[in-house]
Amino acid sequence: MAFEGLAERLQGTLQKITGKGKISEADVKEMMREVRFALIEADVNLKVVKEFVKTVSERSIGQDVMKSLTPGQQVVKIVKDELTKLMGEEQSGIQFARKSPTVIMMVGLQGAGKTTTSGKLANSLRKRNNKKPLLVAADVYRPAAVQQLETIGKQLTIPVFSLGTDVSPVEIVRQALEKADEDHNDVVIIDTAGRLHIDETLMQELKDIRELASPDETFLVVDAMTGQDAVNVAKNFDDAIGITGVALTKLDGDTRGGAALSIRSVTQKPIKYVGMGEKMDALEPFHPERMASRILGMGDVMSLIEKAQENVDEEKARDLEQKLRTQTFTLDDFLDQLQQVKKMGPLDEILKMMPGFNKIKGLENAQVDESQMGKVEAVIYSMTTQERATPEMINASRKKRIAKGSGTSIQEVNRLLKQFEEMKKMVKQMTGAQSKGKKKMKFPGMDAFFK
Amino acid sequence: MSFFKKMKEKITGTNEAVTGKFKEGLTKTRDSFTSKVNDLVARFREVDEEFFEELEEVLLQADVGFETVMELIDQLKAEVKRKNIKDTAGIQTVISEKLVDIYNAQGESDNSLNIQEDGITVILMVGVNGVGKTTTIGKLASRLQKEGKTVMLAAGDTFRAGAIEQLVVWGERAGVEVIRQSEGSDPAAVMFDAVNAAKKRGVDVLICDTAGRLQNKVNLMNELQKVHRVIGREIEGAPHEVLLALDATTGQNALIQAETFKEATDVTGIVLTKLDGTAKGGIVLAIRNKLNIPVKFVGLGEGIDDLQPFDPEKYVYGLFADGLELEAAEEQDTEEDK
Ligand SMILES: Nc1nc2c(ncn2[C@@H]2O[C@H](COP(=O)(O)OP(=O)(O)OP(=O)(O)O)[C@@H](O)[C@H]2O)c(=O)[nH]1
Ligand SMILES: Nc1nc2c(ncn2[C@@H]2O[C@H](COP(=O)(O)OP(=O)(O)O)[C@@H](O)[C@H]2O)c(=O)[nH]1
Ligand SMILES: [Mg+2]
Ligand SMILES: [Mg+2]
Repeated sequence: MAFEGLAERLQGTLQKITGKGKISEADVKEMMREVRFALIEADVNLKVVKEFVKTVSERSIGQDVMKSLTPGQQVVKIVKDELTKLMGEEQSGIQFARKSPTVIMMVGLQGAGKTTTSGKLANSLRKRNNKKPLLVAADVYRPAAVQQLETIGKQLTIPVFSLGTDVSPVEIVRQALEKADEDHNDVVIIDTAGRLHIDETLMQELKDIRELASPDETFLVVDAMTGQDAVNVAKNFDDAIGITGVALTKLDGDTRGGAALSIRSVTQKPIKYVGMGEKMDALEPFHPERMASRILGMGDVMSLIEKAQENVDEEKARDLEQKLRTQTFTLDDFLDQLQQVKKMGPLDEILKMMPGFNKIKGLENAQVDESQMGKVEAVIYSMTTQERATPEMINASRKKRIAKGSGTSIQEVNRLLKQFEEMKKMVKQMTGAQSKGKKKMKFPGMDAFFK
Repeated sequence: MSFFKKMKEKITGTNEAVTGKFKEGLTKTRDSFTSKVNDLVARFREVDEEFFEELEEVLLQADVGFETVMELIDQLKAEVKRKNIKDTAGIQTVISEKLVDIYNAQGESDNSLNIQEDGITVILMVGVNGVGKTTTIGKLASRLQKEGKTVMLAAGDTFRAGAIEQLVVWGERAGVEVIRQSEGSDPAAVMFDAVNAAKKRGVDVLICDTAGRLQNKVNLMNELQKVHRVIGREIEGAPHEVLLALDATTGQNALIQAETFKEATDVTGIVLTKLDGTAKGGIVLAIRNKLNIPVKFVGLGEGIDDLQPFDPEKYVYGLFADGLELEAAEEQDTEEDK
């Protein structure tokens, strides 16, 4: 797959450079080419990339990169810092109105996730802020859009205001605000129809709604998979109605999400929420640093750890982290981990968050097949305690015994051992716990991301 | 007003104008395509590094992707050298040819649907969330109906709120029957029902909707495979077409989508939706080049008639011609502002 992370890309460049001792300005330039590649492949808009590379380049040449013994790490660090900085502060709060109700308007292209996010947001505000929201079905165009929101409302037992599809969206919003007053709803969330940013008639409609309702927040909902066009979309919506924030949806996918950077740099508006699934509780605050890692192809390690913490008991998690760092991770831990992971939900989702996951040979298919897990468990159960702690000792005759004991084949035992080795290697790269004299690290600079 | 400024206004004008332009662009004949490109490239007197850089940027901004763009530029440079092309007069046809070559690297294909002479044709629509599967089904049903076929739809998205009702509305619009069960039921069971209903009624084409799913969700991809299997069990050789809906707004992730959905369900064609916006969906070049999946239709709006067969030459034209015009117009503007 052509989707290498920045660190791997830089590694290639650095190999050409090493041995020359000090690196030159031309070398930095070469590295900047890789930065450019990586960002464009991550769907950051080309113009934004140009600006960005200029900044990073200046910092790199001006700074210690050229003198550094680890120029790759330095560059990755600078890139990551700048990216995080550009991504803005972490802020997911809503600007609540001084006088109720707080009006929130959801806008965006077709299929971006407005309706789903409206539901999630209502759910979250009720749960976390003790609010009493009213959802407003103002999409009168898309077939069954009203029913969609009504179904969501029913699921959540949150009221939905609708007047069918024969009334204008502006009128629907007007009456919804009256209703909110009557029913003492302190938050009103308006779900609007998806529209193209170049559709003047429909953009005018949004202006009319804004005029009438003077929303406290106007969220642009954007699909995280969006490519180069994200800048046009964000700019047009912002120019037309003045968005106050962004919700980035479908981040539970495997997209790099460079659109986040594009949108930030053209609108300067904060990304406040990210959508992490189709269910109504899958709305999370935006973490600039994680997004930066993700765009650079370094995996969402933090989210992984967090997810683990949610499901795994604290002590075990800390224990595991320690083992990962000190490289004392055994097959027993692996087994334990498998069982914990089972509890966490769909395995593939978890694994996708791991950096470099798709790079590990033999692991990409085996891991996602949950039925395989039973076999893996069986194989490990058939090992002695000693074997589990030091898998290196498992020779041919031991393999035979284990295969027999677990009702699998020698190949399957081999596969597991190999996977375990690969996993250990990967963990090493993740944590930067590399002992001297060994092979070169595949992800230079990774250690910079673990505080 | 400069020529480029006029061009720019034309492009960024009203929605109708833009839609119109695209439709026009997509139905243009080959002749006028070539002559248009002639006009455009004429403004670069020389084929120099700058020219290639500009072309590169235009293509990258159309989401064509780095690898494909580099491949194209390399090929172009080689060709320019080989043919000793000095001025741009000679290069226009080469660009379009090379782009179409990349698209057709694995051989030309015919974009028509694999409709069975006798018996039912089953079309399965797949794709990630919100890309336009259901809408495309509505459009396609209407299109086939107009061609004199009897069509039936299967409401296989039993997950998303309101998805069944959405398809039912499209069924009404197109005037075709929709087989449905209640929300939350097993999609494979819906397909089983639908296939048997289609057999009983003797319809020509059955189009099956599915819930949107991200390609990295293994459980959901397995579910899709099951749906595929059930259809195949009921009718030999079915589904005859598996159409992957791709949103033109999507960036490089579309390649992974195509790859994964192809693995799971043997995708036979792509419908590139939302081309009425400003996004170009250039990643389809790489998808076709690497995975050999042809684009069969393009979506040009939310109306029932906004679906057109895909034509690589016309598409390629839209991919870089508009871009070059816009770049030129922007340059012109900054010049004039000075
Ligand atoms: N996996 C995933 N799916 C999402 C997320 N947010 C929305 N979706 C799905 O994306 C699709 C479109 O979502 P909608 O909420 O209907 O989008 P919309 O912007 O209201 O769409 P229109 O009203 O048709 O313009 C649905 O299938 C949703 O379930 C998310 O964060 N993750
Ligand atoms: N502008 C435009 N919108 C489209 C097109 N195709 C679908 N849509 C819209 O995109 C949204 C998602 O479409 P839908 O068919 O529900 O997608 P699904 O989730 O894949 O079934 C809806 O609002 C559609 O009206 C198209 O070609 N152009
Ligand atoms: Mg909606
Ligand atoms: Mg649908």
